Amino acid sequence: MTLALVFAATLAVACVVVVALPFIREPEPESDSLDDLDEDEIRRLELLETRDRALGALKELEFDHRTGTVSDDDYRAQVGVLRRDVASALQALERDVEEGRPVDGRN
Amino acid sequence: MPELGRAALLVTLGLSTYALVAGAYAAHVGRRRLARSAQNALVAAFASTAVAAAVLVAALLRNDFSFEYVARTTSRALPTAYTLSAFWGGQEGSLLLWLLILTGFGAAAVTVNRAWARDLIVWVVPVFAAVATFFAFLLVAVASPFTTQAAPADGAGMTPSLQNPYMLAHPPLLYLGYVGLTVPFAFAMGALLSGKLDERWLIATRRWTLFAWAALGVGQLLGSHWAYVEVGWGGYYAWDPVENAALMPWLAATAFLHSVMIQEKRGMLKVWNVLLVILAFSLALFGTFLTRSGVVNSIHSFTQSSIGPWFLGFIAVSVAVSLAIVFWRLPRLRSPTKLESAVSREAAFLYNNLLLLALCLAILWGVVYPMLSEAVRGEAVVLGRSYYDFFLRAFGLPLLLLMGIGPLVAWRRASLRSLATTFRWPTVVALATGAVLLVLGAGSSTPGLVAYTFSAFVLTTIVMEFARGTRARKALGAPSWLGAFTSLITRNRRRYGGYVVHAAVVLFAIGVAGSSAFDSVAEAKLAQGESMRIGDYTLLYRSLDERETSNATQIRATLDVRRGNRDLGTLEAGKNAYTIEQQVSNEVGIRSDKLTGEDLFVIAEQIDPDGSVYFRVFVKPLVNLIWLAGLVFLLGSVITLWPDRREQRRLVARATTVGLPATR
Repeated sequence: MTLALVFAATLAVACVVVVALPFIREPEPESDSLDDLDEDEIRRLELLETRDRALGALKELEFDHRTGTVSDDDYRAQVGVLRRDVASALQALERDVEEGRPVDGRN
Repeated sequence: MPELGRAALLVTLGLSTYALVAGAYAAHVGRRRLARSAQNALVAAFASTAVAAAVLVAALLRNDFSFEYVARTTSRALPTAYTLSAFWGGQEGSLLLWLLILTGFGAAAVTVNRAWARDLIVWVVPVFAAVATFFAFLLVAVASPFTTQAAPADGAGMTPSLQNPYMLAHPPLLYLGYVGLTVPFAFAMGALLSGKLDERWLIATRRWTLFAWAALGVGQLLGSHWAYVEVGWGGYYAWDPVENAALMPWLAATAFLHSVMIQEKRGMLKVWNVLLVILAFSLALFGTFLTRSGVVNSIHSFTQSSIGPWFLGFIAVSVAVSLAIVFWRLPRLRSPTKLESAVSREAAFLYNNLLLLALCLAILWGVVYPMLSEAVRGEAVVLGRSYYDFFLRAFGLPLLLLMGIGPLVAWRRASLRSLATTFRWPTVVALATGAVLLVLGAGSSTPGLVAYTFSAFVLTTIVMEFARGTRARKALGAPSWLGAFTSLITRNRRRYGGYVVHAAVVLFAIGVAGSSAFDSVAEAKLAQGESMRIGDYTLLYRSLDERETSNATQIRATLDVRRGNRDLGTLEAGKNAYTIEQQVSNEVGIRSDKLTGEDLFVIAEQIDPDGSVYFRVFVKPLVNLIWLAGLVFLLGSVITLWPDRREQRRLVARATTVGLPATR
């Protein structure tokens, strides 16, 4: 019983220390606000996702055409659209960089 | 040490409550250290739950019958492996396992993703913590595994049918699956609450969902095999509510795994996907409720159950809150793209989703209806096998066909001319298979014949996809055919691993159709020296023996088996009488033909004092393909789950560009 209570108390204290660790390590931080993504970063993330999605779709179409799963007609009908999607995603990203929207590179 | 177990659970309850309250507050007001502290609390909750679990394991191994739970679920004569399996054999232990896996998964998912998805994680933590708080509360206040008593000389033992090696793996796998579905739920809710509805929550949870889904799938197959070899009624799936409890979330997760690809590739179905995640999680909770509340036996045992009302309340609250959050975020979930054509791969996935959901809801209605009828009319009206079989055929057969159609249809839109070309060979093979089977006499069961024909279609599709893909990889410069094949899979594990899983489903369908639509049964009461026939098998009842083991008396009838003129050796079937538990179990005899996949399945239904035995014998064609399907399913799951370095690099590059730490 006593040993069990000692173990239990040790466990409770250890857990409290783990929970309090961020406050123990940084008792007086310069900033305590959440390091959240801002609107620019979210928009850029979405642009990157759009670019990757378009590139992935184009790559898959090329491969499916090569294997014969997609016919020549279907390939011709789609490849132009997908290339335009990729181009517009890349242009949007370039514009984003040119307009100098900051990416702070925090770690 | 019950005090330590109780204290550890109390600590878990405190930590998870803190993670819930502090985590939600920190996310709402944007406090970094407090959010981190809440994350640490979730990790610490896993540690304290592990301590509680260790206390219970120690009590089980020491046969400490001062623990009520240990005395109720084990005995001194029980072999050690089954004594350990008693951890999840009873209500309180299985709830503790739920909490242990939940806090473990929560801690791991948060730790792995907190660098690159930190703005999501701050909201994911309180969601995880809310579920953990509920389970910790149940274990502390309602169903504690650490209740003590004056220790009896021996325990009550374990139900004989649970004393089987399958019980060592089947329940934990199901729990891994049930609890694993909390991860996509927590991340989906985290994404909705934080408003960060980009792809990261999908990427963060993809493998967790796959893992949970694979564990549920393998767990169910192990359970089916256990029922087949141990329960001794001649089948492997009885549409029992407890079995359905695992099937429903698996179907919802299967639908999600398909529809999430449409969101990733086309940016569509965002609302649908979130709803599927909520459904899968709610059904996982409902499955635990079904198996643990006593509601399956009777609505009255549910009202008397200690945890039933709590569970039902929690399910209702979590569904209501989740749907309210989805409704709140609806404007942010609108898709920028629309379905371009009803003949496209995304449309095929959508049809697949509708059929899976329809099947899932039909099963749910079959499970719920007896409870509702008992609650309203005072009499439980059970929907029988024919109800489930009807919907399995109505929705399952088109689903099977869609597995073959989907991979052959292009994304966005496909022309009819293109379809005519790509479908030519699978259609020819399928029709030829159907015709040959019809000539061979398989027309006695139309659903069986249709299942075989569709299976041939799907298998041809899969073979063609691998063959054409390998040829394309070779043409692109792979040094050898083997290299081309390997590169095909490693470059797109999800797609080709998915095809392997489809092949497993086809094997499963063939096994189910063969063993249920084309099986045969014979019954006879035989005295020693007499024989019976079934198909071209002859069984001669030779002798009856009795032997003692540590925990049971085994009675076995020995039969000589012949097929035509060929001697196939002997087969034993009988019963085990368990001394402590005062129960008798059927121990069936099974002879498997490895070449044809057929089983000869013998049940000694009744053993009379004069030594005569009433035998029931089944011949089940192709039934072993079901178990083979399990291995293929596992292989496909491992392929899809295997880390993809290309994808990792792409994600890291994307994260770095935005300014997120390049670690996952």
